[in-house]
Amino acid sequence: MLNNECRIGDILKTLLFSKSPQPYWNPYLAGIGLGIVLLASYVVMGRGLGATGAFTSAVSYGVQQISPEHAATSPFYSSYLPTTRHPLADWLVFEIIGVVIGGFLSGTLAGRVKKTVEKGPRITVPGRMLYAFVGGIAMGVGSRLARGCTSGQALTGGALLSVGSWVFILAVFLTAYVIAYFVRKQWT
Amino acid sequence: MNAPFYEYGFFGDNFSLVVALITGIGFGFFLERAGFGSGRKLAAQFYLTDMTVFKVMFTAIVTAMLGLFWLSWLGLVDYALVSVPPTYLVPQLVGGIIFGTGFVMGGYCPGTSCVASSTGKLDGGVNLVGMIAGILLFGEAFSLLESFYNSSSMGAFTLPQVLGLSEGLTMFLIVVSAVGGFMAAERIEARYRNGSDNPIA
Repeated sequence: MLNNECRIGDILKTLLFSKSPQPYWNPYLAGIGLGIVLLASYVVMGRGLGATGAFTSAVSYGVQQISPEHAATSPFYSSYLPTTRHPLADWLVFEIIGVVIGGFLSGTLAGRVKKTVEKGPRITVPGRMLYAFVGGIAMGVGSRLARGCTSGQALTGGALLSVGSWVFILAVFLTAYVIAYFVRKQWT
Repeated sequence: MNAPFYEYGFFGDNFSLVVALITGIGFGFFLERAGFGSGRKLAAQFYLTDMTVFKVMFTAIVTAMLGLFWLSWLGLVDYALVSVPPTYLVPQLVGGIIFGTGFVMGGYCPGTSCVASSTGKLDGGVNLVGMIAGILLFGEAFSLLESFYNSSSMGAFTLPQVLGLSEGLTMFLIVVSAVGGFMAAERIEARYRNGSDNPIA
């Protein structure tokens, strides 16, 4: 019995904290998993997934804390600041907290949680960080202009056959292929 | 079965936040499983060495699209109560161009930068901070952008309406294109693949 428990403990230990990273899943299998999560969200909630919406709520709430007047007079911030509930008691805010947890859970189980910087061999760490920051700004602006990102627009609207979502998907992919040439030093 | 459950009032706003958390955990889990916590793997899509982004995204779209279509055909889900994101054609085109630039520069999209951050990628964290700055920038410039942001508004506008085809036929065409795309992706990878799918390298 004791021996058995030790074994189970060892197995759990290797499963949870395995030092050597395991390979990623087959992309089609991971895609079906994602698709089922999205489908479940349609069926249970009548809405799809999202990401940037959560951060827009957080930004709007932050602006409101610093200058309530500025937030109230902006039609953009105020649309994310409901009066009937706390602005952070929001569906997408809770969903994105889940994304952070789910990602960590999966990474931990597969031994892939590691403090590192993702970059190609030809760029310095500060250089990569600058790209990550500037790219983030573009992502933030672009997603607000498009009313959604890869989650809220491409996946959610794509599967619901929204014209705007498909235009967004095509624009994202085509542009990224063009810009990839100019930032190749970062990745290759 | 009356679905969407929330729309039929089976539970309230408080419980919907629990649903949100669980949904997010599933979302984040599969993003990480696919390898989307790695900026190199995501960016490799645009250097033709690893087509995982395309494969995962289109498999997910097709799965959810067909699943919803069949559930609604069986009378289990009221398709009309699932909210279709409204189309604002030109802002979404321009937004996509800016977003695509940010994607290949930053290496992540908003959801994947969360997964990257929670699995220890420091560049993912910096990317997240940049995204928050971008949203703030947009918010501060909103008075200048507002009329463009609201331009070419077309409401819930779908591909079957544009193509003049039935929903089923439109979906069939999407599935055929996806399968064709997957076959092309496999061939491209066979030609250009390097070690980017290896989480250790």
